[in-house]
Amino acid sequence: MSLLPFCQWLAETQGSIALHESLYMYPLVESAHVLTLCLFVGMSVLLDLRLLGLTMRRIPVREITDRLLPWMIAGFVLMVVTGVLLFYAIPIRSYQNVFFRLKMITLVFAGLNAWTYHYGIHRKIDEWGSAVKPPTRARMAGAMSLILWAVIVVSGRMIAYNWFDCDLGQSAFINWAAGCVPGVR
Amino acid sequence: MFDYFHAIEFSAAGQVLKNSPWAFAVTESVHLLALSVIGGALLAVDLRMLGLGLRRQKIPELASEMQPILVASLIVMLLSGAVLFTSEAVKCYYSYPFWVKMSSLALAILFTFTVRRKVTRAEDGRISPIGYRTVALVSLALWFAVGAAGRWIGFSG
Repeated sequence: MSLLPFCQWLAETQGSIALHESLYMYPLVESAHVLTLCLFVGMSVLLDLRLLGLTMRRIPVREITDRLLPWMIAGFVLMVVTGVLLFYAIPIRSYQNVFFRLKMITLVFAGLNAWTYHYGIHRKIDEWGSAVKPPTRARMAGAMSLILWAVIVVSGRMIAYNWFDCDLGQSAFINWAAGCVPGVR
Repeated sequence: MFDYFHAIEFSAAGQVLKNSPWAFAVTESVHLLALSVIGGALLAVDLRMLGLGLRRQKIPELASEMQPILVASLIVMLLSGAVLFTSEAVKCYYSYPFWVKMSSLALAILFTFTVRRKVTRAEDGRISPIGYRTVALVSLALWFAVGAAGRWIGFSG
């Protein structure tokens, strides 16, 4: 199943065209998307480093999750809203962009990692939350989160480059990975 | 001043960076990753001074935990920023957002390592709640200006 027809339809909607062609709205949305990194990824990094026992060792993990999770969720919501708007402005090119696809796949893994942590070792946080060095499963979740979000940030930035755009003529692998269809750009 | 910027961009290092298709993108990625980290280190303490976030922690303790993260990420930001600048110094010279960013960056660094440092290190009760709030808001405003103007360099020209 291809989402290309949906993207083609989306690209023809008035809102998409208006946002795409806007002088200030698109840059403002993108700036908000980038600066929200400080809030969302910044707070996640602090939690991940605590799970690895690398910072705030005297502060119980529960304290950090209780107090910082609301900020992380707010940051994530802002990220998703601005991210959806960015996609809405440029649907076809984004859909056929290898870095966009890599980012979406990595996002799923980051979500699974967070879910596994939250419904796994985090449930027993009262047993280990005060330890300087949390148990292996918690440290693994922290390390995985750092790696996955780094990949998401970097691949997100790379979407802006046109190296692998379908209309430039690509190798068979890129054509497959980006889902290039002749004549569609 | 312009001659100086021109010389940087057309130096051997500037040309190597300019002619590499990946160098700018990779350096910018590093710049963005460090942005995420410095954002967390600044926000944790500024939010705390506003009575939000990790508010059960003592400000001096939290600030000293965040200090190495702040300094390390700032160094990465400055180094990667210098590389980005070297590859497009002439564009920066003509970029209004670039000068806004550099001015607010100078102020932000100055403020962070003088006033903010002194206030976050002060013992309990020495600083009034309004004092903490003011310092936090000034810090947030200055660093926000740096980030927003920085993003805008890429949109102009």
